[in-house]
Parts: sequence; structure tokens; C-alpha cells
Amino acid sequence: MIPGKNPPSNWSEFIEGLWQRNPIFVMVLGMCPTMAVTTSALNSISMGLATTFVLAASCWMVSLLRHFVPKEVRIATYIVIIATFVTVVDYAIQAISLSLYDALGAYIKLIVANCLVLGRAEAHAARNKPMAALYNATGMGLGFTLGLFMIGGVREILGAGKLFGLSLFGPHYQPWVVMVLPPGGFFVMAGWLMLFAVVRARKARGNTPATLAEGAQNA
Amino acid sequence: MHDSVGQILITTILSGNFVLAMFLGMCPFLGVTHSVKVAFPLGLATTFVILMASLCAYLLNLVLIPLHMEFLQLICYITVIAAAVQLVEMFAKKQSPELFRALGIYLPLITTNCAVLGVALFQTARNYSFVQSLTFALGGGVGFTLALVLLASVRERVRFSKVPNAMMGTALTLMLAGVLSLSFMGFAGLGGGE
Repeated sequence: MIPGKNPPSNWSEFIEGLWQRNPIFVMVLGMCPTMAVTTSALNSISMGLATTFVLAASCWMVSLLRHFVPKEVRIATYIVIIATFVTVVDYAIQAISLSLYDALGAYIKLIVANCLVLGRAEAHAARNKPMAALYNATGMGLGFTLGLFMIGGVREILGAGKLFGLSLFGPHYQPWVVMVLPPGGFFVMAGWLMLFAVVRARKARGNTPATLAEGAQNA
Repeated sequence: MHDSVGQILITTILSGNFVLAMFLGMCPFLGVTHSVKVAFPLGLATTFVILMASLCAYLLNLVLIPLHMEFLQLICYITVIAAAVQLVEMFAKKQSPELFRALGIYLPLITTNCAVLGVALFQTARNYSFVQSLTFALGGGVGFTLALVLLASVRERVRFSKVPNAMMGTALTLMLAGVLSLSFMGFAGLGGGE
């Protein structure tokens, strides 16, 4: 959210979530929206940004309140905080773009039940200062957005022959429809994980590291 | 809106399965399906919580909608669900401690199971009546259990087979889930569709 002048420590908090511990591909958290709304690149990015806002705002709030919340009721407190911000986002999206609201459907409200948000609140925000929590949460949120985009983009290209609604392959392309249907989500995600595993194995064996850059750019 | 009870039941269990078609409740679906022994009780516990949540959501709507306080829906739902999960947790601890240990962290995590909140939200969005809501919840729970048990049994079978290195772990589970989802698509059209 504030990418300008960061001290290095905050910067590394930010980058950690973005790539090294990417919520989707490394931690495998928040799978429901990952699969459900990634039928197109635009939906994925909107969902990712909505989640980023909720994540950053609630982690910041949780971190501010970390000395006041009794341990026994902390989960309930976190959930209420998260639910408040999700309600805000829900109404905001409804006001900004009704068509987007209809496309994302109940999944905006379901951000409450995204294990990523609660997981970060519990594992990071509750133990760190507000600024560190904010950076970490923003990084995680953007990492989540990136992951969603990588899945949503591939699904839209294969399943509809388009990216952001623009036709890529001309009128003769026969769409691979199953990719925008539910099974496609599983397959594309599995495909990315396999690609990463192969790249990691290559790297460990000391072969061409060029494939890593290629894999990252293919997104 | 005018779906009959039977239609809702068939749709939620098969063609519109919560996990495989609507992607609700993915975390336990990928996390606790190592063995059928754990997956089945978790499915039952979740079904119970879903039913409770559906019932409570229906009652809450009776209060919230006349008062024009729909913006509190989400917060109320999630609080009620958290309470219901706490109840199940206490019950499981008392009735069968070994099951309680086997389920571990995934029992409290039912709170953040999208399937539970999803039922409450979808039944509100679709204006289901009382009986329809409960049927929807029951079907959803049964469908969830079915998907969990199916994936767990497949994973038990492939545990000792030789899998390429790159596919080990989550990738393999996702691939299996994809195939499962593909086969559930064969039920499309059953129950009159959406």
C-alpha cells in the first residue's frame, strides 16, 4: 500500500509474502477463492485486491490491539475485526461496480472465512508492531493477488482464448472450455506447482538457473 | 427459488457439490484427507456445524431484516458459527478424546470453513424457505463428507505408488481432486440444474 520509502526490514517483510512465502503456491492457504473466482484475469485481480485490503487493514488493527485482547477470546475478536472490514469491502465493491459484484458473488463475503487472513492475524500480526504487520500483510496480499492472477490468467487464456477480455488467438481458436469450469482450477494450480517443483529440482542440481526466470515470466 | 426439497438435495450432493463444483471448504479438503478414518468424522462434524449455522442464519434473518440491519449479517453469522464450533469441540472432547486429538487443529478451523459460512450466505441470497434452507444445509454437508471420503480413499490408494518427483505433495492431491471434480461434472443437469 505504501511502497515508497521503506526501511530494509519492512521491505524484506513485504517481499517475503510476495514471493518466498507466497500464500498460494508455498503456504497453500486461502484455496476457496483461489479456485472459485479465477475464471478470468480481471476477476482474479479484483478478488486479490479486495483480500489485500482486508488483510492489511485487519492485520494492522489486530496488531494495534495485541496488548488488549485476552488470549482466550482472541480468535473471536480477530474474526469480528475481519468481518467488519469484509463488510466494508463488500459494500464498496457493490457501489463501485455492480457487474463485478455479481461476478464475484458470495465470494467477497467469504473472505471472512479465508484461512489466509486469520492465519496471518494469528501468526504474524498478533506478535509484531503495527507497521511491520501492515507491510507483511500487504506483501502477503499482493502475493495472493499475484497467485490468483497467475491461475486466472492461464485459465482465461486456455479456456476462453482471451486475456482481460481481449481475444488472443483470433476467431478460429477452439476454447478449451474445461479450464474455466471447476476442474480447470485444480489442474492449472497443480500445473503451476509441478512447474515450480521442476524448477526447484533443476536449481538444486545446479543446472541452468535461466529456467527460473523463464518460469517467473511466463506468468 | 421454487426448487423442491428433492431437487435441492440432489443438486447439492452431486451436480453442485460444495467442494468439487463450488470450491467451498478447500482447506480441510486438501488438509485432512490423508485417511478415511479422519476424513469421515470431520465430514460429520462439519455437517453438524453447517446444519446449526443454517438454522441460526435463518433465525437471525427473521430478526435482522425487519430491523433493516442487513449490514450486520456477516458479523452475526460468523459469531454464531464460531459458537457452534466451540460447542462441537466441547462435545468431541468429552465423547471421544482420541477423535479430538486426530482432528487436531482442523476442528477449530471449521469456523473458517467457507462451506459453513457459504451455506448461510447462499441460502440468504437465494431466499430459501425454512425447509429449503435445512435441506440445502444437509445436502451440502453430505456432499462435503462424500467429497472428503472419496478423495481420502483415492489418496490412501496412491500412497504407495510411484509418482514422479515433481508431482509429489499438493500437486498430486490437486490433480486427483481435479479428476474427481471432472467426474462429478458428469452429474450436471441432475436435479433440474440451477
